[in-house]
Amino acid sequence: MNLGLDDAERAFQIDVREFIDAHWPEGAREVGGAMAHPPGRRSVAEQHWYDALCARGWSVPNWPVAHGGTGWTPTQHYIWDRETTRAECPVMSAFGARMLAPVIYAWGSAAQQAKFLPPIREARVQWCQGYSEPGAGSDLASLRTRAVRDGDHYVVNGAKTWTTEAHVADWMFCLVRTNTTTERRQQGISFLLIDMASPGIEVHPILLLGDQHSVNSVTLTDVRVPVANLIGEENHGWTYAKGLLTHERTGIAGIATSQVRLGKLKQMVACEQDGALAEDAVFQRKLQEVEIELMALEMTELRTLATVQEGGAPGPESSILKIKGTELRQRIADLQIEALGYYGLPYPDDLLLDNEGPVGPDGALDSLRSMLYGRAASILGGSNEIQKNIIAKAVLGF
Amino acid sequence: MDFSFSDEQSMLKDSVERFIQNDYGFEQRQKVAALDAGFSAENWKTFAELGWLGVPFAEADGGFGGGAVDTMLLAEQFGKGLVVEPYVPTVLLAGGFLKVAGSAEQKHKYLTGIIDGSVQGAFAFAEPQGRFNFADLTTTAEAAGDGYTLNGYKAVVINGPAADLLVISARTSGGQRDTEGVSLFLVDASAEGISRRDYPTVDALRASEITLENVKLTADALLGELGGGLPIIDEVVDGAILAIGAEAVGSMEVLYKDTVEYCKTREQFGQPIGKFQVLQHRMVDMFMEYEQAKSLMYMAAMRLDEGYGDEAAKAVSAFKVQVGKSGRFVGQNAVQLHGGMGMTEELNIGHYFKRLTMIDTMFGNVDHHLKRFGSL
Repeated sequence: MNLGLDDAERAFQIDVREFIDAHWPEGAREVGGAMAHPPGRRSVAEQHWYDALCARGWSVPNWPVAHGGTGWTPTQHYIWDRETTRAECPVMSAFGARMLAPVIYAWGSAAQQAKFLPPIREARVQWCQGYSEPGAGSDLASLRTRAVRDGDHYVVNGAKTWTTEAHVADWMFCLVRTNTTTERRQQGISFLLIDMASPGIEVHPILLLGDQHSVNSVTLTDVRVPVANLIGEENHGWTYAKGLLTHERTGIAGIATSQVRLGKLKQMVACEQDGALAEDAVFQRKLQEVEIELMALEMTELRTLATVQEGGAPGPESSILKIKGTELRQRIADLQIEALGYYGLPYPDDLLLDNEGPVGPDGALDSLRSMLYGRAASILGGSNEIQKNIIAKAVLGF
Repeated sequence: MDFSFSDEQSMLKDSVERFIQNDYGFEQRQKVAALDAGFSAENWKTFAELGWLGVPFAEADGGFGGGAVDTMLLAEQFGKGLVVEPYVPTVLLAGGFLKVAGSAEQKHKYLTGIIDGSVQGAFAFAEPQGRFNFADLTTTAEAAGDGYTLNGYKAVVINGPAADLLVISARTSGGQRDTEGVSLFLVDASAEGISRRDYPTVDALRASEITLENVKLTADALLGELGGGLPIIDEVVDGAILAIGAEAVGSMEVLYKDTVEYCKTREQFGQPIGKFQVLQHRMVDMFMEYEQAKSLMYMAAMRLDEGYGDEAAKAVSAFKVQVGKSGRFVGQNAVQLHGGMGMTEELNIGHYFKRLTMIDTMFGNVDHHLKRFGSL
């Protein structure tokens, strides 16, 4: 048992750092970072980063080697995540690379693998996730979007909601009901891949707190989807959907991101002119508590990764990462607002984005946006309460 | 990075696990705790025969050559059985001081006895006024001829009643809380001028108040440098914190699992109470607290095995904070979910809760280690 890096791992770390310096230099953050352009759309710098990743064979490290993955050890994955997060490198949308791809390589046909995996690997298509519906949130299995077989096609009718990045997505993976007479609602669901350019699809923006457009409602009216786009067997979609969710949950933990944000917050406190917060024992205590819990969660993640290395997919314990990870992200965001004092009040309105620049310290408006948007983290991907139900059932045996 | 155990470590873990399962059930544990001595001399002999008392010591000193991960594995299993035998005071504290700072002569004199089970030890450090500050000392050691004279008072010395060898901290220079001027002495517990008042602690261990009145020591009683005892205490105690924290992790595992089993069988309102979501979520919280504590246990052990320094100390303090919080949450809720039965002396649950509560206090509670974490 040890936490240290051996010579090969250290060499890998240097390799990664050199790669980042070459393809995502510090200046790129300002011109190409997430806040510099609308969510979901890519800057030139970002696209350059993805192209460089593809050329190096590092765009989808988590995939099996046969499909273009790297075959890295858990330690290498850890190094990669930490280094790229610290440098604030762009992160490929999770929908294709981290969520759908594992379903396709586990349950997709050879033809589907050949058609859909390479464009995801090369960051050429964007995917969105058609799971939630107006009447099916945490209770996902109550979904009602219908798909009726008509020759070589399914005809899909229904509505999806909270669909992140649907307005920029080329494709949607979608849960639909293909049988309405089953005993259990989980039966009768199928997993379809739908071209967003298909006639009958409409995407409407939903503005979230902080006026941000990332989620949408999507209506499907007589959308014709080739039967060739069905994953696995008809009516077995629930199995695939659940498998996907465990992958989604590990990604949501965002531990490295929280570490970066906590580091910035500590730096901000240390740089404060009158040192009021640095000497505030109550505030310092809150920072230390978060830091310790984050250390614990990082180790929990490493333990999970080590298990994955031995036995495949992450188990239900990945729910711990989701619950604790999102709680910590939200607490750090709260502390950022606390640290800003009165400059936590101005709203990130266009009026503040004129030639004079925003009021308050650097990043103040970003903190507010991030705190507001971050409230979604404990709701999406199965709310944290649902995660507790999952642990109660799958781990504790209730 | 590697999260697997070596073959030797797995064997050690299995052997302690078997002992706890076969020979240290809750009823047996209660019988042992009720003995006058507070532990079983026979069990201690078994520990020696199985080699456990030599785990942390170098092979050259007759030990097993184990590190922090090894003592962690041992202590975690001890925590599952609520073992009362004084492994921490004798092997990790008295033995730990010899290992970290003992001269060749001192090691030769005491380690063989510790490893073969014939010598019991204790660390007398706390004083009524000092709370968790190891440097806050009114006990003094004054130079007298070739040696020293000890005067003072030591509070709640765990394993004081059984100890043959006392490691005593005393001030040899400086003011009451100065970090310099703290010295450590190896003292024969039967030396003239030492008097004890013995009593049990709430978690069924035995402890003493010790009065030191003109206790004469020879020069070779000094452990480490004169006045340079504080860093030695930090290093040895951090090793002991890993062990009691690992015990807590073992205890938490028993508590959350027993609570889950209880809630599956206890029926009220015509159904097992575990069907109620409010109880399920509480148990999930208990499980997560246990897992988080376990994660930091691994981290602290691995950092300590990298070599002692600020990073290791920081990881230990983080672990102690987590253990304090998690232990309290898991212990209190295990009692809560067991209802009236959880309140009884008859059931094992309350005894784990008592031990977890004491572990939070031992060597500094959550507040103390949060401050230490922030200062490192």
